[in-house]
Amino acid sequence: MASLKQTPSQTVGPYYAMRLFAPDQNRLVPVSAPGRIRVEGCVLDADGVPMEDALVEIWQANAHGRFRHPDDPRVDVPLTPGFVGFGRAPVDLETRRFWFETTKPGRVLAPDGSSQAPHLSLVVQGRGMLRPSFTRLYFADETTANAADFVLVRVPEARRHTLLAHLVSSDGAPTYRFDIRFQGNDETVFFVFD
Amino acid sequence: MKRYNPPSVADHPPFSHAAYRSTVKRSPAFDAILVPQTISEITGPGPAVSALAEDDADLTTNAHTGSAAIGERSILTGRVLDENGAPVAGMLVEIWQADASGRYAHPREKDFPAPRDPNFVGHGACKTDGAGVYRFTTVKPGPYPWGNHDNAWRPAHVHFSVLGPALVTRLVTQMYFPGDPLLSLDPIFHAVPEPARGRLVAAYDHSVTMPNWALGYRFDIVLAGVEETPTEEAGTWRH
Repeated sequence: MASLKQTPSQTVGPYYAMRLFAPDQNRLVPVSAPGRIRVEGCVLDADGVPMEDALVEIWQANAHGRFRHPDDPRVDVPLTPGFVGFGRAPVDLETRRFWFETTKPGRVLAPDGSSQAPHLSLVVQGRGMLRPSFTRLYFADETTANAADFVLVRVPEARRHTLLAHLVSSDGAPTYRFDIRFQGNDETVFFVFD
Repeated sequence: MKRYNPPSVADHPPFSHAAYRSTVKRSPAFDAILVPQTISEITGPGPAVSALAEDDADLTTNAHTGSAAIGERSILTGRVLDENGAPVAGMLVEIWQADASGRYAHPREKDFPAPRDPNFVGHGACKTDGAGVYRFTTVKPGPYPWGNHDNAWRPAHVHFSVLGPALVTRLVTQMYFPGDPLLSLDPIFHAVPEPARGRLVAAYDHSVTMPNWALGYRFDIVLAGVEETPTEEAGTWRH
């Protein structure tokens, strides 16, 4: 039984970038990295208007499926030198898009012993958001892995498409599009990890 | 495998709170889907990011202009703990705030006729020590007007961000100052369930106050804790 109570969440407000963004925090890998991909999208409000002051944070395993974290027990899977797996991607004031460059993560284990499909964990915050919203980005081209994914199978089938990033360009780094929507029929699926 | 306590509605504000107008169109309509925590959620960036970070804990001088920031010099200190009372050691704590006049050093800041402090950049970072203690020196931020409702003013506050040991311990919050008359009028503060609001208000602590130098405030931060019975090391980070 917990002895203390959690500190309540409050909004990051409109000026979070004073501290919560530094140049290149949305580049998880150098431009020269093999297998580099780009992910970009908008954060859309209930009217479908792209927000100008949202913040997307990502956390992911490396290409081998290893997290740089002491609670990842798979010490036989190599770390990637210089790769942390954390990124901050603020919405660009001009384009109203967030973007980051990274590598597609490898597969990590699920609690039932199966392999999870490649995914990025996303935390969405912004002005007008009193709490963070947690979601995941999956890759639409991983059809087989997605169909058996421990988390995706718990999402009603009609809403799974909201978690799929689609390849939109192969010029240079393959670019995946992933919009995050609040409200509406196509609202992004958000999770509480229990 | 570890399991972190999920957020409780008793502790946190709702996503939508009509009195804070911009939440209405920026909140989810569907209920969140409950999913068991996996390794993607019980790991997180906090340990690795903290290991790479450096302290930058004096906001009265970190503009590096050669002149100190103007305002009530204040020491903000406290412990970062988990719900089991275990210190979260070696963890990066980041803050940002307005200057003493209520101005933010941000290009899109709302303009109002108050002087900016050119010697204040308004943000800093500090890693907790082995007992989970952080400590900043800053100036007390000023209240400032915002557009939420007629004659709306935010109470003085400092934004705090802590990644914590896991993805699901992510916390961004705001620390308020004791006795601020604007607290009773603030919809962001009031979005928090009443019994939990007091946790966001720092305590004036005369034992932290330094003679001829600065006033002291104490503000502890409690992150989601692991469900299992804590051992000596539970929730503690070592590098």
